[in-house]
Amino acid sequence: MTVNSLHYHYDVPGDDFTRAGVASGAVKQILKQLGLNPETVRKMSIALYEAEINMVIHGGGGVIDIDIDDDKIVALVSDQGPGIEDLDLAMQEGWSTASEQERNLGFGAGMGLPNMKKYSDELEINSEVGVGTSVKITVNIEKSGEQRD
Amino acid sequence: MSEYFHSVTLNTELCHGCITCVKRCPTEAIRVRNGKAQIIEGRCIDCGECIRVCPHHAKYAITDPLSSIKEFKFKVVLPPPSLFGQYKRQEDLELIRAGLLKLGFDAVYEVAAAAELVSSATRQLLNGDRLKKPVISSACPAVLRLIRIRFPNLIDNILPLSPPMEVAAMLARRRAVRETGLSPEDIGIAFLTPCPAKVTSIRNPIGIKKSEVDLAISVSEIYPALLSAMNECAEEGLGPDTAQSGRTGMSWGNSGGEAAATLTTGYLAADGIENVINVLEEMEDDRLSDQVFVELNACPAGCVGGVLNIENPYVAVTRMKHLQAYRPVSCNSISEAGIPPDMKWDAKVEPIDTLRLDPSPTESIRMMGELEEIESRLYGLDCGSCGAPSCRALAEDIVRGYSTEDACIYLLKDKVESVRDSLLSLTINKRDKGEVHKHES
Repeated sequence: MTVNSLHYHYDVPGDDFTRAGVASGAVKQILKQLGLNPETVRKMSIALYEAEINMVIHGGGGVIDIDIDDDKIVALVSDQGPGIEDLDLAMQEGWSTASEQERNLGFGAGMGLPNMKKYSDELEINSEVGVGTSVKITVNIEKSGEQRD
Repeated sequence: MSEYFHSVTLNTELCHGCITCVKRCPTEAIRVRNGKAQIIEGRCIDCGECIRVCPHHAKYAITDPLSSIKEFKFKVVLPPPSLFGQYKRQEDLELIRAGLLKLGFDAVYEVAAAAELVSSATRQLLNGDRLKKPVISSACPAVLRLIRIRFPNLIDNILPLSPPMEVAAMLARRRAVRETGLSPEDIGIAFLTPCPAKVTSIRNPIGIKKSEVDLAISVSEIYPALLSAMNECAEEGLGPDTAQSGRTGMSWGNSGGEAAATLTTGYLAADGIENVINVLEEMEDDRLSDQVFVELNACPAGCVGGVLNIENPYVAVTRMKHLQAYRPVSCNSISEAGIPPDMKWDAKVEPIDTLRLDPSPTESIRMMGELEEIESRLYGLDCGSCGAPSCRALAEDIVRGYSTEDACIYLLKDKVESVRDSLLSLTINKRDKGEVHKHES
């Protein structure tokens, strides 16, 4: 049996801050075990963590699906939350709709979407108010031959 | 690669093959095979957790015996700050120094004094803008090896300065050469080590080409001899105070001391290997970017919690705090002109690739698929009976070719039961047929 792609699925409960980051943490361990370039691992870990936290804070939880093949890692993070009204505004650094309580916990600095953009090679956000949001993060896998020093 | 020296070692005779150490190892570097624990050398960071938890005292640290100082013409001892918290009877720090001289050492050089120099150099570096923040302390060798194995992205964040032990050894040798006129090789520098990781770092230095320390004698070995010597000295009476360090240097022995000495507002100190790992995970995900300095100690409460120490670390810290109250803030600093080059790292720190399944991502992905598939067949109890710390670790071992599914006692039980069932059904079938035959006749 030859496997040349991997798939992982995570259910992320909403409003449970103690479990926020568990899925992205597990994905990070898998990527490290795959021996991918440390920078690739870092990019995916940061972008996915931000997406997961966003989903917990704003989306009421949801699902994460990860696909890994030779060339890239694709993370699809989807919720059935309130959706994002103005995506351009939400992409700006420092903009956040997080509650006072969430900010007190250290969330809601308004860096979530900007960080996702910064660390992913491709970012696709589909959001509809009242329906939900799905974020597709793609990080390309650098082959060892192309690794920078 | 296999020449890497590890201080943490197993005494096979004492090992019962229980899985206490396997379960507690923070890097999953131990397996029980053929009834005995085995350390996967590439993954071991010499933190000493297994020494701490082994109920049969089968794990130990390789150190140098006190008698080995005899090989040198002039013997200098380097007591670490945590040593000053080990003894109940120390109204006077002078007692420990006098006791060390009575044991046969010719000079004492406090590591705490060198720690103050490192603190002073750290402050200079942090004031500049060249370091990648947050800066991670370079003092705990177990943490440094952990970073090389599990957090290669953070190697560039490590403070590129020699740890206090090395700075102390270098300066102590220089002073001894100057004062005795002997050649550097005749001077023996003996560090009193609170942990195995320091011993390992002397043989395999990180960030520096060669260690200046000649011998590592464990605190646990010297403890009783030093106690007797101290008692003798107390009776004979002590000379004047010759303390070489202040509060800053001494506080390096407990978690938070080094960080506080950076005098920055954004610092964090974590101790205990699990806490350290959690902080490194957060750092790796860019979640601690508001911190300037991060002090990490593998042992609970800091070096004072090292497995080769004697006293309960929290009792020792209380004592050290009490002693510090009567000391000046600091007794040593480097000149404003800049950091002496010999305090800086002179060797590149490389990542260690021992976690990855295969050098090729394509092959790794194939192996990972197999690993997931095997894991889904295991029971997920993480019982450790197979000798691996978790079902996932066993699945990994199987994929790597180090173990088989029969190592899982639950799968083996299923297999035995299925064999029993087929044997049973064979007999039943025979009987059934016999009966059918009978009816037909």
